[in-house]
Amino acid sequence: MNPFATLARLVDEAPRRALLLLAAFVAVLLVAPVVLDRYLLSVFFLIFWFATVGQAWNIMMGFCGQLSLGHALYVGLGGYVGALFWVKFGISPAIAIVPAMLVAVAFGAVIGWLGFRFGIEGVYFALLTIAFAEVARIGFDNWSFVGGAAGFFIPVSSAASPVNLRGGPMLFYYVALAMMIIAFILCAALRRSRLGHAWLAVREDAEAARALGIDVFRAKMAAVVISAAMTAVAGVVYAFYQNNLFPSQTFDIARSIEMILAPIIGGLGTLFGPILGAFILTPLGQTLIALVEKIAGRAIPGVNLVFYGAALMVIIWFTPNGVWPWLKKKLGIPEGRE
Amino acid sequence: MKTTTAITRRTAIAGAAATLVAPAVVKAQGQTLKIGSLLPRSGFFAQAGQSMHRGVLAAPEMLKALGYNVEFVHIDTESNADVARTQAERAINDGCHILTGAFDSGQTLAIAQVTEQRQVPFVVNVAAAPQITEQGYKFLVRNFQTGGQLVTNGLRLIKDVMDAKSIQFEKAVFLHANDTFGTAQRNAMDAIWPRVGLPIQLVEKIAYDPRAQDLSVEVAKIRSINPDLVMCVTRASDAIKMVRDMVRQRFQPKAIISPGSPGFYDEEFYQALGPLADFVLFGLPWANPKSNMTQAFEKAFVKANPNNRFAVDSFNAGFAFEGMLIAADAFKRAGTTNGPQLMEAVRATNIPEHVMIGGPIIFDAKGQNPNIGSALVQNLKRVPTVVLPKDVALAEPVLPFPAWQGRS
Amino acid sequence: MDPPNGMLWSLYANVLVQGVLTGLVYGLMALGLSVIFGVVRVVNFAHGEFAVVGMYAAFVLFRSFGIDPFVSMLPIAAVFFVIGYGLQRTLINPFVSRPEHEQFILLVGLAIIMVNGTLMIFGPDARSANLSYSFDSWEIGAIIVDKVRVYAATAALAVAALLFAFFRFTATGVAIRACADNLVGAAVVGLDVKKLYALTFGLGLACVGAAGALMVTLTDATPMIAPAFTLLAFTIVIIGGMGSMTGAIVGGLLIGIAEAMASVLIAPSMKTMASFGLLVLVLALRPQGLLGRRA
Repeated sequence: MNPFATLARLVDEAPRRALLLLAAFVAVLLVAPVVLDRYLLSVFFLIFWFATVGQAWNIMMGFCGQLSLGHALYVGLGGYVGALFWVKFGISPAIAIVPAMLVAVAFGAVIGWLGFRFGIEGVYFALLTIAFAEVARIGFDNWSFVGGAAGFFIPVSSAASPVNLRGGPMLFYYVALAMMIIAFILCAALRRSRLGHAWLAVREDAEAARALGIDVFRAKMAAVVISAAMTAVAGVVYAFYQNNLFPSQTFDIARSIEMILAPIIGGLGTLFGPILGAFILTPLGQTLIALVEKIAGRAIPGVNLVFYGAALMVIIWFTPNGVWPWLKKKLGIPEGRE
Repeated sequence: MKTTTAITRRTAIAGAAATLVAPAVVKAQGQTLKIGSLLPRSGFFAQAGQSMHRGVLAAPEMLKALGYNVEFVHIDTESNADVARTQAERAINDGCHILTGAFDSGQTLAIAQVTEQRQVPFVVNVAAAPQITEQGYKFLVRNFQTGGQLVTNGLRLIKDVMDAKSIQFEKAVFLHANDTFGTAQRNAMDAIWPRVGLPIQLVEKIAYDPRAQDLSVEVAKIRSINPDLVMCVTRASDAIKMVRDMVRQRFQPKAIISPGSPGFYDEEFYQALGPLADFVLFGLPWANPKSNMTQAFEKAFVKANPNNRFAVDSFNAGFAFEGMLIAADAFKRAGTTNGPQLMEAVRATNIPEHVMIGGPIIFDAKGQNPNIGSALVQNLKRVPTVVLPKDVALAEPVLPFPAWQGRS
Repeated sequence: MDPPNGMLWSLYANVLVQGVLTGLVYGLMALGLSVIFGVVRVVNFAHGEFAVVGMYAAFVLFRSFGIDPFVSMLPIAAVFFVIGYGLQRTLINPFVSRPEHEQFILLVGLAIIMVNGTLMIFGPDARSANLSYSFDSWEIGAIIVDKVRVYAATAALAVAALLFAFFRFTATGVAIRACADNLVGAAVVGLDVKKLYALTFGLGLACVGAAGALMVTLTDATPMIAPAFTLLAFTIVIIGGMGSMTGAIVGGLLIGIAEAMASVLIAPSMKTMASFGLLVLVLALRPQGLLGRRA
């Protein structure tokens, strides 16, 4: 499949209004750093990052119907591989994303193989993914080569070097933005590919898909593996953003949960859902912190998070399929197209 | 036009956040120093974060009395590195000239990324990972011991107390939480123990899962080894679990000594264990009970936190306050809030009289304060009491432990 | 250095007993999750949070009125039943027919509110009930067992037995089981499914409330342990078989024993690996759980 042809077809097929909207959106994001201060840059980095991992997770759950609650595993694996190559061998993260993806793919394949060969489905499969993430957390906690629980550190240097992901928030803003856009295009292409149709068929009814001659096992495996690889890339970027890795934070189940909120809130199985979700949730969290401070005059620990939890409940209550499908209707974009 | 709705929606969100941080534009007036205090007051480290925060609350009055002109911004990092980082950016936008924090090494390093790039001084109050002062940050100083220093001093104090009470320990077990702090301590222990030459046989080192619900199995294991000295590095409420299971399993060592860790001096420890909390020993940097400033700080603390005991919070609160003191003092000398100049003043710090035990607060080339002393502290009648070194001690150490049974 | 052989066996025996006793309390906590899933088909992702609220309730009743948690577990279970009934009627019911991931968001939202709500009310300090016999233990030969652990395990078994009896011998219990087995059939014969669901959710929360009260005699309540409890209950239920009541108790026992034995045989810091290892093994060999039925 020629990627350019696919891209051209994507552009061709998309409704004009959606394309215009998309172009305007990307243009605004490209020039936004001119007016954004450093705080907002760091918030936008998180938005783009969560949109990217949300997009990756969405391949598994939204497209193929396989619930993963352990995606922090791939973030952590990617991060550790990228950091290890840089610190121990001086190999640039631009190159190290390849082994990072390979390691994540290997783990994803094991989980997928176990799950799909033995017919583990739904919440059972979800717990299998949690189990692997937790085992990785404990494993890294006890693995002294990577510093164990004491953490693994990337030295800071003031010399900017974009290829090696060394630089300020502006660099990471654009890296994360690029990541988000690439993930989006990739997902758009995948969804319209044969594989994408196979995934949707599997999601709707695995038995029927099998009857149609679709190799269900292979389709599911492809979803896990692609999702793992994409998440690992985001993991590398994150490790170099923070310059340190602690297994108890990196592989934490809370992290996995945080990652899947955006695509569900935004709209599961849609292309804009993960992005919209991240654009809602990250600023919401930040705004609530500032709002509590403004109203109460000081931070009251816990209050902002109580409201955050309530907001999640309210959103899912009123927009059952996520915000994007609802918004799409409001914007007048026809059903079945994005 | 419907196309624009999405854009305005997006900018509206960004705009909403921007309006809330708008005061950022108002820059320093040159007279007051604005200090941003970042602490994990919710989430996993909330217990310690809130204890340190009580010290921060006592700081304004103290600093005012000392003639410093400062104001504070209190920020909750939610025990989350992402939040710590974005909030550090926001604090600086809000006009903070210097930041202090952040109890946990992970969050501390997240903040360090920001302060380094924005050239704003960052005074680390508590965080022991050695890497913090080894990674090459130029806008960071640490007024706390590294894991290695904690252990070195802790072990020396064990030797001192053995000499002072002419007591011998034959077998020891080292129990530690397998988390960031506990592992750093374990690594230090591995390196330092052989060099100290304590006449004790260290039989086993046991790492436990910090998410464990009880330590009954770990204690059963220790009990089967039957050491007369248990050294431990616990995390907050784990200390309760350890002692509780020791009592339940009727395991009676001659002494429990921590070579530097939280847990034994928290209010929750005394509340949960009552008289069983007594006699445990720990070697830590501690508030100097004989310093005038400590005594003044205690008064300010009690006034700001009428429901809390200073003795119990003195470690966390003391370091939180000293962070503020270092910032205020540097500002007074620098006479400016300009980051690089303020940082220069921070590096040139020399404060002879302060709260914690040890020589003057100074910083070496890496930004580490080498003068922080440790004290051996023992819980006596549910009050953490300095028992060594002699010049700052308030009581004699009690060793070996009285039996668990029959305490009141 | 390993302890001598005799010591070693007494260590294993001690650890095994502790694992069994703790496992039974875990089992009761997981039972609530299993019952709710088995009937209402909702995975309560806020389960651990409810357990922690139960712990705080028992703590407050003990601290303020001196009521022993082994007594207060009954009123707590009753109140939790009412809460569960109300929750199902209002919040959960509209989500029963919605996909899993939407239920997940709803309950994760609830969990976040509960964790931070308890933090705001009780603060971050660990809280526990200091009973007069909290630190007592019995010595039987080489084995030492602490009293509260035995009491807690016994109480857990008793509550589980009551629940079993309810489902087996009362008309309502049988009706609920009919709902679980065949929803359409149950509706056809005129059972009030909504009410039965609410009853079930109430019973599930009553279990977890009682388990929380028992837990506060064994360990300390902090807002932050809730997610760990949720994960623990989830693991136990999957091992035992979602929806199987016996499975939850068996799963609890297995986890209790596996973690305890892994601590002595491998390393304490790796003990949760044992439960996840067990989980993966069970999933591979018997995906529906040890005592679960194929959906």
